[in-house]
Amino acid sequence: MKTIPVETTINGDSTEFLCHADESLLDVLRDRLGMTGSKEGCGTGDCGACSVMLNGRVVCSCLVLGVETQGAEIETIEGMANGEELHPLQRVFLEEAALQCGVCTPGILVAAKALLEKNPDPTDTEVRYWLAGNLCRCTGYDKIIKAVQTAAAEMRSA
Amino acid sequence: MAFDAQAKRNFKVVGTRVTRPDGIDKVTGKAAYGADIAAPGMLYGRILRSPHAHARIVSIDTSAAEALAGVKAVVTGADLAQPDDEDFADVAINCLARDKVLYDGHAVAAVAAKSKSIAKQAIRLIKVDYEILPHVTDVDAAMQPDAPVVQEGRALETVPAGMSQNVTTHCQFGHGDLDAGFAKADKIIERSFKTAATHQGYIEPQACMASLGSDGRGEVWCCTQGQYMVRANCAAVLGVEESQLRITSSEIGGGFGGKTSTFIEPVALALSRKSGKPVKIVMTRDEVLKATGPTISSSMDIKIGMTKDGRITAARGELRYSGGAYPNGTVNMGAQAAFAAYDLEAVETVGWNAMTNRPKEIPYRAPGAPTAIYAVESVVDELCQELGLDPLDVRLMNAARKGTVSSYGPTFNDIGLVATLEAAKAHPHYTAPLGENQGRGLSCGFWFNFGGNTCVSLNINDDGTVGVVEGNPDIGGSRASISMMAAEELGVPYDKVRTVIADTSSLGFNDITDGSRVTFAVGLATIEAARAAIKEMCSRVAKIWDIDEDAVIWEDGCAKPAGPNAGTHPPMTLAEIAAIAGKTGGPIAGHHEVNADGAGVSFGVHLCDTEVDPETGATKILRYTVFQDAGKAVHPDYVEGQMQGGAVQGIGWALNEEYIYGEDGRLQNAGFLDYRVPVASDLPDIETVILEIPNPGHPYGVRGVGETPIVPPLAAISNAVSRAAGGRMTELPMSPPRLLKAMTG
Amino acid sequence: MVRVKLWGSLRALADGEEWVEVEASNFKELLDALAEKHPGLAPQIKRGVSLALDGVIYREAWFTKIGPENEVILMPYMVGG
Repeated sequence: MKTIPVETTINGDSTEFLCHADESLLDVLRDRLGMTGSKEGCGTGDCGACSVMLNGRVVCSCLVLGVETQGAEIETIEGMANGEELHPLQRVFLEEAALQCGVCTPGILVAAKALLEKNPDPTDTEVRYWLAGNLCRCTGYDKIIKAVQTAAAEMRSA
Repeated sequence: MAFDAQAKRNFKVVGTRVTRPDGIDKVTGKAAYGADIAAPGMLYGRILRSPHAHARIVSIDTSAAEALAGVKAVVTGADLAQPDDEDFADVAINCLARDKVLYDGHAVAAVAAKSKSIAKQAIRLIKVDYEILPHVTDVDAAMQPDAPVVQEGRALETVPAGMSQNVTTHCQFGHGDLDAGFAKADKIIERSFKTAATHQGYIEPQACMASLGSDGRGEVWCCTQGQYMVRANCAAVLGVEESQLRITSSEIGGGFGGKTSTFIEPVALALSRKSGKPVKIVMTRDEVLKATGPTISSSMDIKIGMTKDGRITAARGELRYSGGAYPNGTVNMGAQAAFAAYDLEAVETVGWNAMTNRPKEIPYRAPGAPTAIYAVESVVDELCQELGLDPLDVRLMNAARKGTVSSYGPTFNDIGLVATLEAAKAHPHYTAPLGENQGRGLSCGFWFNFGGNTCVSLNINDDGTVGVVEGNPDIGGSRASISMMAAEELGVPYDKVRTVIADTSSLGFNDITDGSRVTFAVGLATIEAARAAIKEMCSRVAKIWDIDEDAVIWEDGCAKPAGPNAGTHPPMTLAEIAAIAGKTGGPIAGHHEVNADGAGVSFGVHLCDTEVDPETGATKILRYTVFQDAGKAVHPDYVEGQMQGGAVQGIGWALNEEYIYGEDGRLQNAGFLDYRVPVASDLPDIETVILEIPNPGHPYGVRGVGETPIVPPLAAISNAVSRAAGGRMTELPMSPPRLLKAMTG
Repeated sequence: MVRVKLWGSLRALADGEEWVEVEASNFKELLDALAEKHPGLAPQIKRGVSLALDGVIYREAWFTKIGPENEVILMPYMVGG
């Protein structure tokens, strides 16, 4: 199978890669670009562990083809912290123990950040519905919802 | 090791909510899980699986796959050893079938190729000629004498003659005179229950990278709950020596018991040996659901007698479990746990395991207990309803306590059930008003908790910091709690300690991370290792001060002169002692190796309010509170996290999750869309109340906490739904169609 | 002599006895004596048993001391999740 060249911007860096027509964006990120922060939990868009931002929208990168991202702006978990300074969501997730095994955490952080950019003051119900596409099997979601709200409050007052 | 005499010690680190050491890597995407590494020249492995529930393998033709460009190796069951030991032999034929496939999804052959897509293409080119056999997937059907036989000759000596060959285990527990007990009852209820198999549902599929040379030396990187277990299984299945295999456990993306077995590592090693290249295998979700550990499925009969004032006079349970296509002992634990919460004069539980054409059961949090206790707690609740009694008062009246002869034999020591029930009774949740179509349920839960084989090595570094090396994969924050216990014992700040998980070549044997054993057993070994290091540090200081070793005590992270020498020398800190260790006798370390015993049993009580929708049969969880005796809670955040996470897994089991098999014996819902685990919008906050009744078998009073919380939700929700719907539910999950049918008849 | 309680399904393999008395001062001796006195128990002992000593469960610990004053209960070997 022939490879196809694709030019994108990932976490602010212009990035070129070659991929096959049937490769998902998740496979490109993980296997071709070494960006393994996005996780594959199902490969069918049901678990959200591979969530990334594509042109400002949260998508499951396992459902996007690499070749579809020509000219796109992509943001992944690897771009969330600014150097050694964590994003407030990342810091609060740590402080409030909103992760156990941590494998769903990158996807949840990406999705939660997108929520707060759109709605800086969500209700608990809004947070729960926004994150309904991100499965977590360890925490029962309780501490995740609370951490998102703590970070939201902090970001509003900043 | 007994609970410290200094029971009222003021903990400085233990009991605080410090930040976990692996946290930054996990919130930035740097943490390396099973599928996150690559090796130069690596190949991608993929497994061909049976499309049949039960079939004889007549022949396998791999020639077309081998001829495909980019394919470097193909293996079948013939490439694995046939271990004599039955357990290892089961692992081997579960990794790659030999004569028969035993369930839909059973691995048959595997390939290693230069790319994922070539591997995918190659397995389609493998031709397997199957002779299809009759199958059985239901436990009750499998016990019938004329049922299709899954495997022959596997029954234990305890199984009476004349039963179906599928019946492999029979057990019985209890004491007292049942007939006399039932004769004293004012009300007897007898009911039958069924529960579906569920899956642990960890978000990270099994993944490994493996390399094995023709000299028998190998390396494996994998996500597992026990690297030493992987080593033993791989060595047996490949016929190589344990010393030649080095297994490194990656960060693990959830396990809940599901990663206490081996599915792909021996296959990847066999492919690597044949191809001469490292091989990576990552399971798909479909494979995870079809071929890795679901729980048992069950069918149960419970009979309980009660006096009109609420005293249980006799109780009997018969449990029929199926652990899939292999012999399975999980029913032993279900039968022992079923009535553990009660102080009973007459009790009997009988358990059976029957093989079915389903994947091999793998433990899932408190294996065996949730289903048995669901059935028991449902009947207790119905008796309370029928007799007009308060379900909490009845449980308090009958609760097991210190001195109770448990339903499984031993007399209970210090246990926290009564305190846990009292906490639930005092909580505002218990008396909050309920609306229309709403109901409140409660249930007790129980788990034994384990200790087990444990090695810990603790190094005092020359800059005054501390390194702890332990051998149990950190599944829910245990590196934090182990560091905390080391810091507590040594009297140094938490951030001076770093705990790492050793590979199998760097530390002695450790049992798997299971049975809620890690904080208890690794914690205990860490405390002992710290005490050994302290003894050595005191001995060095005694030499420096030229006083008796016994005259040096350890306090607040310093060696101090004691007794007649008190105040004669300024204290020496750990850092000061460490800095000159080379001059006083060499590096300072402590280590401890133990098969830890004395794990304390754990009880929990869950309260749940639900609302049922009479039009759709959907159930909404309105409010949920977890009460649990944790012993000493080392890191309360992660104790709460275990309680919340276990409760929500139980909610999934009660309401939605199930293995659905078609008439053809194939799994119909092998994906997260159709196997529906709870999502954030399904749930309310999960409130937690931690009780700390110290475990007398641990120096800090630690009990395990991880398993008990999955036990009570099944009955708590079923009791709430039954009260809300006005009829007793007896089957799990209570999915909307099933509930609607129960409500409309 | 030590009295040890067998769980129900083992009793058929030990002449129907619920409590069995054997001469032993630790778990190893207890297990050996049980297997000798009641050969039907040997397969289960070989597969693994736990022992509860005064309410505390020991999965394997041959040299744990036991005496006539202790409550000794045989249990199946346990696995967890």
